[in-house]
Amino acid sequence: MIMWAILSILVENKPGILFKVTHLFRSRNFNIDSISVGVTENPEYSRMTITTVGDEKQVDQIVKQLDKMIDTVEVRRLDEHKTVYRELCIFKIRLSNASDSMEVNKLANAYGGKVHDVKKDSIMVELTATPDQIRAFEELARQFGIIDVARTGVAALQRSGA
Amino acid sequence: MQSMTGAKALMTAMEKEGVKEVFGLPGGANLPMYDEFARCDIRHILVRHEQSAAHMADGFGRVSRKPGVCFATSGPGATNILTGIATAQADSAPMVAVTGQVPVPMIGRDAFQESDIIGMANPVVKYAYQPRDAAEIPEVVKKGFFIAETGRPGPVLIDIPKDVQTNEAEMSFPNEFKIRGYHPWTDPDMVNVQKAIEMLLHAQRPIILAGGGTIISSAFAELQAVAELLMIPVVTTFKGKGAFPENHPLSLGPIGMHGHAEANKIMTEADCVLAIGTRFSDRSVGTFEDFESRLKIIHMDVDPAEIGKNQTTMVAVVGDVRASLRIMVKMLMQRAIKKTDETVWIKHVKEIKAYWKENLKIHPGEMGAAKILRKLREILPHESIITTEVGQHQMWASLFYDVIQPGTFFSSTGLGTMGWGFPASIGAKVAKPDVPVVDIAGDGSFNMTENSLATAVLEDIPVIVFLLNNFTLGMVAQWQRTFYDRRMIGVDQGRCPDYVKLAESYGAQGIRAESMDELERAIKTALSSDVATVIDIPIDPEEDVLPFVAPGTPLKDMILPS
Repeated sequence: MIMWAILSILVENKPGILFKVTHLFRSRNFNIDSISVGVTENPEYSRMTITTVGDEKQVDQIVKQLDKMIDTVEVRRLDEHKTVYRELCIFKIRLSNASDSMEVNKLANAYGGKVHDVKKDSIMVELTATPDQIRAFEELARQFGIIDVARTGVAALQRSGA
Repeated sequence: MQSMTGAKALMTAMEKEGVKEVFGLPGGANLPMYDEFARCDIRHILVRHEQSAAHMADGFGRVSRKPGVCFATSGPGATNILTGIATAQADSAPMVAVTGQVPVPMIGRDAFQESDIIGMANPVVKYAYQPRDAAEIPEVVKKGFFIAETGRPGPVLIDIPKDVQTNEAEMSFPNEFKIRGYHPWTDPDMVNVQKAIEMLLHAQRPIILAGGGTIISSAFAELQAVAELLMIPVVTTFKGKGAFPENHPLSLGPIGMHGHAEANKIMTEADCVLAIGTRFSDRSVGTFEDFESRLKIIHMDVDPAEIGKNQTTMVAVVGDVRASLRIMVKMLMQRAIKKTDETVWIKHVKEIKAYWKENLKIHPGEMGAAKILRKLREILPHESIITTEVGQHQMWASLFYDVIQPGTFFSSTGLGTMGWGFPASIGAKVAKPDVPVVDIAGDGSFNMTENSLATAVLEDIPVIVFLLNNFTLGMVAQWQRTFYDRRMIGVDQGRCPDYVKLAESYGAQGIRAESMDELERAIKTALSSDVATVIDIPIDPEEDVLPFVAPGTPLKDMILPS
């Protein structure tokens, strides 16, 4: 069964590690759905959050191969039900009618988004949500016309005690 | 703390690791390191192509179980060793490759002889370092050797920019160090060993499949003890050939594409397998589905990522396979398990083995591959080390050269690198100068690194090249005969070169053997010579390697000689 998986990878904060991790995915024929990287509270480490799809065996192999890498300090597959995971996304949406601006504003509000750069012909919406919610927003925003999208990839942390 | 250059620190650190020999070739970007050979006790062995330096280091590493070291310059020197590094990685051989790099300020400017070797080598090394400060070198060397030889061994690349070699720094040589993300040892789980024993005891038709990991961890005595206590027949992968004495009553030899008929037959009938230090390569198992669909698989391996990669296993024991087998032996002894009765299964195994010993058809000519290799076996002392090239001769060696003393047979099995055997034999001879070392070769493969004859002669490393010469890229020709309706394209090598004259032109000994008498004399002459010898043995270009399991088909469908 093909599934979605969130991997949280603590790595040494050194040059070249991102290259090695992404190269591993390529050479082992795995997919990267999204990736986000940032230094942790301890500057010696960075945390990569990678989302991927595969069957149980493939995901298990990805985790083992990542774990085998000498530059990875800790590799965890997160249970999405016990994890806070969010992605930041910026949509540039077309405004065609006078009422569109109001409608987009309403839609943004419904998803807890923020509105930026309001122009005559376009408006930007910043959204921090789960990939599912972002997908739902995207569906609804399509009626106005989406000019551009930029997404950060998922960042995730397991809940305490989970 | 001592003040010294990066190059001096490299040599000092390598001496501390016990390095006595380095295989290499100098160039602009590694000259500061080469200059240090004038001031240290490490012997430099000059090669004629950097690929051969890597194969020599590989051969040295497999035999000594310590990393072999090769040196190359930047750019083309570094790219030339890549094939050798990939070969070592595919066969888990310990190696440290040291390359020169353009000076740090030149990196990224497409300088003369600059190549991003760190980027290129990434997927084929166990780890790679590029120290940017001379003071890092002692620790990099210490960690590099540790990573190369521990856990599942592999090649480590150390790429040193030229200015880092010449810069002076205060050096300290640490004995202690920490690599946070590297855990080469796992203690085997006793409960799983226990489960494995129960499964083997309850199986009707158990079998042991010993892979290359058994040889890497020298688990020979433990493997033999388990097989004998439980009375289980032993097959090997090709890389595991010789993990178990091939003259032992329970030995069936290698399985796989060119496995022994009896080994493939019995492997096909088994219901439970104890697989030791193997990744279930496609060349060994035929098809992945065949094994997992009908076998209960117990898998012992030092590398957790191998568990479940190619086969779904019922019980896995992660850890050094020697340690795991030792626990198994201890548990069996404690329970006083020692099977002596001939089960139906063992009787059957012995019948099948006896049948194929009598009935396997071999080439009828005097100089057929089987007869040639059995003659070699008959004459060579048991402790002799064999390396092979890649091709038909390699598979004939697997079929007809029995390894009696475990851990004396080495081949490029994973990457299948033609040209590996000869330089690897030179590295092996450097590691063990007192035993005969023979490269079982074919003409196509030998062509690729034959200029290592210069190294063998000038550095006084008397190895024997045992050349089964069919003037053809024989394995490709066999596939063209079998799968491409005899359309022979790009396989005829002509009678070129004359290998006796070739050997002589390098100052080596060349002997042609066209009959069994000549062959026997040639082997004996080579063994008593103190110079490298090429024995050129012309054979029939039409001889196929059989049995043969076509790629992507199960072992039971093996094609037998008719």
